[in-house]
Amino acid sequence: MAGSTTLNDVPVGSRALVTGVKADGLTRRRLLDLGLVPGTRVEVVRRSPVGDPIAFNIRGAVIALRHEESSKVTVTSI
Amino acid sequence: MGLTYQSTGTLTTREAFNVPASDNQPVIALAGNPNTGKSTVFNALTGLRQHTGNWPGKTVLQTKGTFIHNGRKYTLVDLPGTYSLLANSIDEQVARDFICFAQPEATIVVVDATCLERNLNLALQVIEITNRVVLCVNLMDEARRKQLRIEINGLSKALGIPVVATAARSKEGLPELLDITCKVVSKQLEPNPKAVRYSPEVEEAISRLEPQIKALFGNSINPRWVALRLLDGDMNLIKNLKKYHHRERIKAAREAFA
Repeated sequence: MAGSTTLNDVPVGSRALVTGVKADGLTRRRLLDLGLVPGTRVEVVRRSPVGDPIAFNIRGAVIALRHEESSKVTVTSI
Repeated sequence: MGLTYQSTGTLTTREAFNVPASDNQPVIALAGNPNTGKSTVFNALTGLRQHTGNWPGKTVLQTKGTFIHNGRKYTLVDLPGTYSLLANSIDEQVARDFICFAQPEATIVVVDATCLERNLNLALQVIEITNRVVLCVNLMDEARRKQLRIEINGLSKALGIPVVATAARSKEGLPELLDITCKVVSKQLEPNPKAVRYSPEVEEAISRLEPQIKALFGNSINPRWVALRLLDGDMNLIKNLKKYHHRERIKAAREAFA
């Protein structure tokens, strides 16, 4: 069931629901602008060879986020 | 009677952005998310062969071209593709400062018909700055292939601005886009965008700031939008407000004494 975690911990191929963004200022703004607002479904598309960055499908666009960004997004599994 | 601050204001700022300061050649800006086909629209409208490519920062140096419609010459400025006008990358600053300080006669926001949801964020931010906006729903050919139906009229009603469906690659919808944009420029068409309403606390703060901003800058910049940025703690905007408005005042003063 719904475990609360951050986006960087979601395994490749699975989906999660955004619950919040634990950042402020510009980083927060940036993540929100990319579409990571509470209630957004995100799919983990692939992980780069070294594990960072990770590509996510966010509202119809594939966007790669670094660990320092994806770890700020709290999600629950769906 | 020399030139007043009012009469030189926007023109001098435009020079700072390298756009001709001429009254009879209106300026139209093209804004939009990355990969929505802005540069394709730009090329189709201007007949230029500006390079199109798919990598970040391709259009950081804004490109401009001209076109003639119904006997009138227009300047078209291709802004860098951005998801937002609020964060802090160079691209976003270029796009934001241009719309905000150079005050184009019209701004076309190009959005990707296949993922409207993510594109409308930028459209909403642009209509917070200016009401002279036309929404260009591009890549309609892609949308049809994905069997998406887009209610252009509904979208136009919801946003309060004209919306045109296009497929720039095959020039579909471009004559209509030109027609409508030029009507916005000549004020035959005055879009009335639905402003985003915030929580009562924020609205209250805005209403306290707005009159003071208006007193400082007059109508040269949208006071509600500046109020929002101040509440956001946007230091960058404050810096640029100083830069551009200072420049205008110096120039106006110089001309007044010339």
